[in-house]
Amino acid sequence: MLKFFSKILFTPQNVISIHSASRTEKMGVLAVGEKIEQKVKRLFRGSLAIRQVDAGSDNAVEQELVALSNAFYDVERFGIHFVASPKHADMLLVSGPVTRNMAEALRRAYAATPEPKIVVAVGNDAIDGGIYKGSYAILDGVHTVIPVNYQIHGDPPTPLAILQGLLDILEIIDCESVTTANSPAVQE
Amino acid sequence: MLVLIASPTGFIELILFFAVGAIGALCLRKDDKLANVRSSFFAIVGSLWGTIFSVGALFALNTILFSIGTPVFPLLSVSIAIDKLSAFFILVISLVSLFCSIYGFGYVRHFYGKYSIGALGFFYNIFILGMLVVVSASNALFFLIAWESMSVASYFLVVYDRRDPNNISAGSLYLVMTYIGTACIVLAFLMLYKFTGSFDFTIIKTMMGTIPDWIKNVVFVLAVVGFGTKAGIIPFHGWLPSAHPAAPSHVSALMSGVMIKTGIYMMIRLFLDILSPIPEWWGLSLLIIGSISSLLGVLYALTEHDIKRLLAYHSIENIGIILLGLGAALTFTSLGIHSLALLGLVAALFHTLNHATFKSLLFLSSGSVINQMHTRNMEEYGGLIKYMPQTALFFLVGSMAISALPPFNGFFSEWLTFQTLFQGIASLDFYAKWIFVGAAAVLAFTGGLALACFVKVFSATFLARPRSSEVAHAKEAPFSMRFGMGALAVLSLLLGIYSGHISAVLGYVGRDVSIFHDVPALFLSSEAGRLVVGNFSSVSAPVLFALLLVVLVVTWGVVRFFVYKKQEIHTGITWDCGTDLTPRMEITATGFSRSIISIFKSVLKPSMQHAVEYHDAVSRYLPKTRTVTLGVSDMYRLYLYEPINGFVVRLSRYVKRLQNGIINAYMLYMFVVLLVVLFLAVR
Amino acid sequence: MSFIIWTIQLILVPVLSPLVIGVIRKSKARFQNRRGASILQPYNDVWKLMHKDEIISADASWIFRYAPYIMFAVTLVVGASIPLVASFLKNEYTSDILAIVYMLAIGTFFLALAGIDTGSSFGGFGSSREMTISALAEGGFIFSLLTLALISGSTNLFSISAFIAAPNLLSALPIMLAFLGFFIVLLAETSRFPFDNPATHLELTMIHEAMILEYSGKRLALMEWASANKLLIFISLAINLFFPWGIAQNLSLGAVTFGIVVFAVKVSLFCLVIATIESTIAKLRFFRLPDLLIVSFILNVVAIGLII
Repeated sequence: MLKFFSKILFTPQNVISIHSASRTEKMGVLAVGEKIEQKVKRLFRGSLAIRQVDAGSDNAVEQELVALSNAFYDVERFGIHFVASPKHADMLLVSGPVTRNMAEALRRAYAATPEPKIVVAVGNDAIDGGIYKGSYAILDGVHTVIPVNYQIHGDPPTPLAILQGLLDILEIIDCESVTTANSPAVQE
Repeated sequence: MLVLIASPTGFIELILFFAVGAIGALCLRKDDKLANVRSSFFAIVGSLWGTIFSVGALFALNTILFSIGTPVFPLLSVSIAIDKLSAFFILVISLVSLFCSIYGFGYVRHFYGKYSIGALGFFYNIFILGMLVVVSASNALFFLIAWESMSVASYFLVVYDRRDPNNISAGSLYLVMTYIGTACIVLAFLMLYKFTGSFDFTIIKTMMGTIPDWIKNVVFVLAVVGFGTKAGIIPFHGWLPSAHPAAPSHVSALMSGVMIKTGIYMMIRLFLDILSPIPEWWGLSLLIIGSISSLLGVLYALTEHDIKRLLAYHSIENIGIILLGLGAALTFTSLGIHSLALLGLVAALFHTLNHATFKSLLFLSSGSVINQMHTRNMEEYGGLIKYMPQTALFFLVGSMAISALPPFNGFFSEWLTFQTLFQGIASLDFYAKWIFVGAAAVLAFTGGLALACFVKVFSATFLARPRSSEVAHAKEAPFSMRFGMGALAVLSLLLGIYSGHISAVLGYVGRDVSIFHDVPALFLSSEAGRLVVGNFSSVSAPVLFALLLVVLVVTWGVVRFFVYKKQEIHTGITWDCGTDLTPRMEITATGFSRSIISIFKSVLKPSMQHAVEYHDAVSRYLPKTRTVTLGVSDMYRLYLYEPINGFVVRLSRYVKRLQNGIINAYMLYMFVVLLVVLFLAVR
Repeated sequence: MSFIIWTIQLILVPVLSPLVIGVIRKSKARFQNRRGASILQPYNDVWKLMHKDEIISADASWIFRYAPYIMFAVTLVVGASIPLVASFLKNEYTSDILAIVYMLAIGTFFLALAGIDTGSSFGGFGSSREMTISALAEGGFIFSLLTLALISGSTNLFSISAFIAAPNLLSALPIMLAFLGFFIVLLAETSRFPFDNPATHLELTMIHEAMILEYSGKRLALMEWASANKLLIFISLAINLFFPWGIAQNLSLGAVTFGIVVFAVKVSLFCLVIATIESTIAKLRFFRLPDLLIVSFILNVVAIGLII
């Protein structure tokens, strides 16, 4: 028991700072979809509840998302946390190319999330089908099933990239000028 | 005015109302509707008069005495003595039968054309009549006549729905057990007669000094068995779970609410009033019996999925709680601590009143549900709150009251029972103290388990989605049924809020029992609506209720109207993770309590049998059907009833050998007996 | 002055309870070598949830809609009836042991009903488990408070707190045993380790969380706030009934200020203890929990045996 506590106390903290990543690490956030209404502004700055929906993904993105909660990346320090039910969530983080079997489930998860809500498609598969594009079993991207507000590129995006992306999304929500659909990608 | 009401004439009027109702219903039996109107009208008016009469008798200055001797049978005299204790029980009976009769007026309609309504009205009125006379009789023989008529009338009511064979067997079991109980009671009274030469209660009381102690102990045991069979204490309760569900619902309410209390009344009358002074072990043994009854009662209730059987087991549990208060009262009386004994008696009486109220409420609500669903199986209910909203609300009030949740009445009587037990733990000697600790532990666990059981019942019946297609046809109950239920629900709440005043009245009633006549200070007092026990505890019912209500309304108001006024509330589906939710995916009543049953498996001995039928019996690859049978074994049946049953059957088979059918043997018997009698006569 | 004390008494529990949750989460994060959210994060969560829309299932009835208000109101009333910073207050009306036990039971009752009301499988078995644990914990709860009542000669919580504040060596052991029993009940009733994991996402391991899966918006905020209130109520009972040193015994500015400071310190220490427990032991399998609750009950019975 004593060894256990001493291990806890003497392990150094090694949380990765979001400002330390190199430019190439920041893959960028694409803002698509409808204009976010005014009421979303400042609302999610303090506390963002994310529900992660696996729409038939190959689990690569899920691995990276799980890594977000570990001691290195620690997404909780920004007030972001993962929740167990879409009814508790503000943001749906969808991964996977949306297989046919998961389409209805995804729609129901979207319907069960109360307003105001944001949908983020994470990973190249979720954006347009990725490496599975054109297959008979999938519906080629989340935007064909539910309206998507943001996209995060990568196959899969590293946890740092996802973290950066989430923070950029929060910045965009907070800004006065919110970009509309089909605008050029916002790069940092 | 008071003298006029609280007089023998008043009581005779009371009897007459019910008698006229009974005879009239029987005469009008050809016309269902008229018979129903007639019997219900007189039952309602009679109960109303009973309430007025008993309230008058409670505040009258002296007991109401009335006695007619009969020259032919010098031992039997039609004598009644209504002191405050009897008046209180008459009040309980009248109140409950008032609302049950109002309910019954609408309920009985669904028996039109199937069975004789005249017979129902007749037996119903005789039943209430019997109960009223039982709690006021002052002569043992007259008491026994009333007791018998009450039992027989209730038997006919239990087997009223005679097309169902289960009801007939339930009635037979009820009859047998009630007669075993009556036999013990008769034996007890006979022993008392032998030593005092009279059947009259007042005469027996004055001659208590001449009765040796061992007779008193035997009478105690016989009385516990006899009255306990009627009251339904474990292990003499075998008839209760079958008989109460079999009867029509308003009769079940009466049986569960007041008939079993007549057993308690006679126990109070015998042990505290007539047979005094008493030894300490009487009270302690009642405490132990009460603890076992309440714990086992609630555990068996958790295993049930027949809603009325479950409520019947809860009656056993609550009788156990009443016995805890009574046992504590007896213990303190035997030790001479009369002020604490009065506290115990008040707790027992208050719980009697409260249980009568909320148990009848629960039976009436379940009756209106069964009326619509035509089944007693809870697994086929579900979602009824949308079809029967008022019944659901009344059932919720009953559930909260029986689970001892403030501000309803159940909490305050359990509070008083706890206080009695706490006082015992604080002040008694070693052995008694630990029995009180055990009783308090059992009471604490029973409260929690009863809460779990009623979450199960309410949710399986009224919440979630319908589990069978019958639910869609359910309609709200007719007005008279709703009135009966609603009045009882309001009464539960009022009894809770005014518990301070009511316990003061009950203290006044308890003081009327002769040994408590000069208790100087009441350990229990109530000032400004508070219940105060010595300087140990106090709680205030009106303040609790007001505080909860005000905070609830303010919270709701603030959150609804001042925080984020522009909120929109949408209706969606239950989050189902993408699959379609069917009613089979909800928790069932059986599944809900399975955890608790597994925890208590040494007591309940649950069993699970698994039967599989395969498409091909030889290769056994693909199952066609699977049947799982979950069961619970009744411990008392296995260890008490079956051995006694087996013994009696074996004994009678052995004795049967005497009847061998040979004439010569019979003549030999006659000759031998004649010789013995001649020998004894000559000696 | 006493009016001010009573106002503090009424609002202290709802105001401080999110902070308590925040401290526990931060300590757990530190144990896991993370930074964790700030200790004021639960306030942000509640504020945000209050400003969201709601989606209510079509199968839900009025019980689902009103259960959060009932639960929150009950925790407010109980929070106002227990000794927080002062033990000289007189509340003869609602500060009885049994009154607060059963008032908290009202909250559990409606929470369990609300869990089943929407007809989801998770809510159903969450309610079943919650009622099983609650039924068994009630015995230990009443008995641990009974031990203190028998020691102090009164079931009024303020009187108990005032009496036990005067140190008495003879009753030290029973109070310790009763505290251990009470601590197990605290972990059970507030859904902490080893009974329940408040941060789990796996529905099969949920007890309390499962019942609130269907709530959203304001009602979810009230539910989470009410369970935070319940945690603070239990912690206050633990620190003010079993270790009431430093609580304000008279109505003077110095004593009351000292009482507030001591309360804050003790609550933080207790949160650290809970966080340590949550980080070091694993959640127990469900059918081992009744054994733990019976252990709690037996500890309390032994404590009573020592004092009578």
